[in-house]
Amino acid sequence: MDIPTNIPIQYYLVFCSVLFSIGVIGVLIKRNALVILMSIELMINSINLLLAAFSAYNNDPAGQIFVFFIMVVAAAEVAIGLAIVVLIYRTTHSIDINVLNKLKW
Amino acid sequence: MFTQYIFHFLSVMALFSAVMVLASKKPIHSVLFLTMTFFAIAGHYVLLNAQFLAVVHVIVYAGAIMVLFLFTVMLLNLNKDERSPKPLWVNIMAFIAGGMLMLTLIGIFRGYDIQSLQDPMSTQIGLVKNLGKILYHDYLIPFELSSVLFLTAMVGAVLLGKKEQI
Repeated sequence: MDIPTNIPIQYYLVFCSVLFSIGVIGVLIKRNALVILMSIELMINSINLLLAAFSAYNNDPAGQIFVFFIMVVAAAEVAIGLAIVVLIYRTTHSIDINVLNKLKW
Repeated sequence: MFTQYIFHFLSVMALFSAVMVLASKKPIHSVLFLTMTFFAIAGHYVLLNAQFLAVVHVIVYAGAIMVLFLFTVMLLNLNKDERSPKPLWVNIMAFIAGGMLMLTLIGIFRGYDIQSLQDPMSTQIGLVKNLGKILYHDYLIPFELSSVLFLTAMVGAVLLGKKEQI
């Protein structure tokens, strides 16, 4: 890179890719609805960090504004998601998403 | 050079605690490891000189979302193992799929090279003053709409959380 003391943008790309993939694996292997929500948070965080990194490296403030709005939407999503989890627990006494396969038919 | 050491330390901390979120048996441990990941990512924001985002990230994620998760875990008394673990082949397939996604993303980004890069330490865009000016000038309508979104989310959460039948 042209700036020797700097962190290359590729480091951020690789780090955020790995973090996103960990979130994807978490959604796929977990049955607990809470942990699935947490994995979604991991994915959102990796995207946010990458957006902020590109914004900082390109000297464009719009990316950081977008990160702020993504955080707003993520907070609303978690509030609704956890309310739905509480509702599921109240009706089925479990948050195992396997009991939700009744929704298929 | 020093920032690179901090970057590597924060990255290892974030990835380790992200893996531990999935590896923990109890949901409450997952929540605490998730908080550790959030703090590591807040450190990344500081490293990018995005101080506004770092503060908002700590307030929203480590403050609000972690408390929401902890309250849910404690209210529902979920502090036990998962009842029915998935069959092994499902886990193996999930790891293969996720690993291939990771390899694909890294393979895409490996040849990526942008020339006109700024040093993030020399830019001032991440400060509260500059971002506030842009947020309240160029992005005023989305900012106001997000308050409507929050109101909707609040009404929805209260409605879903009510005891009696809806």
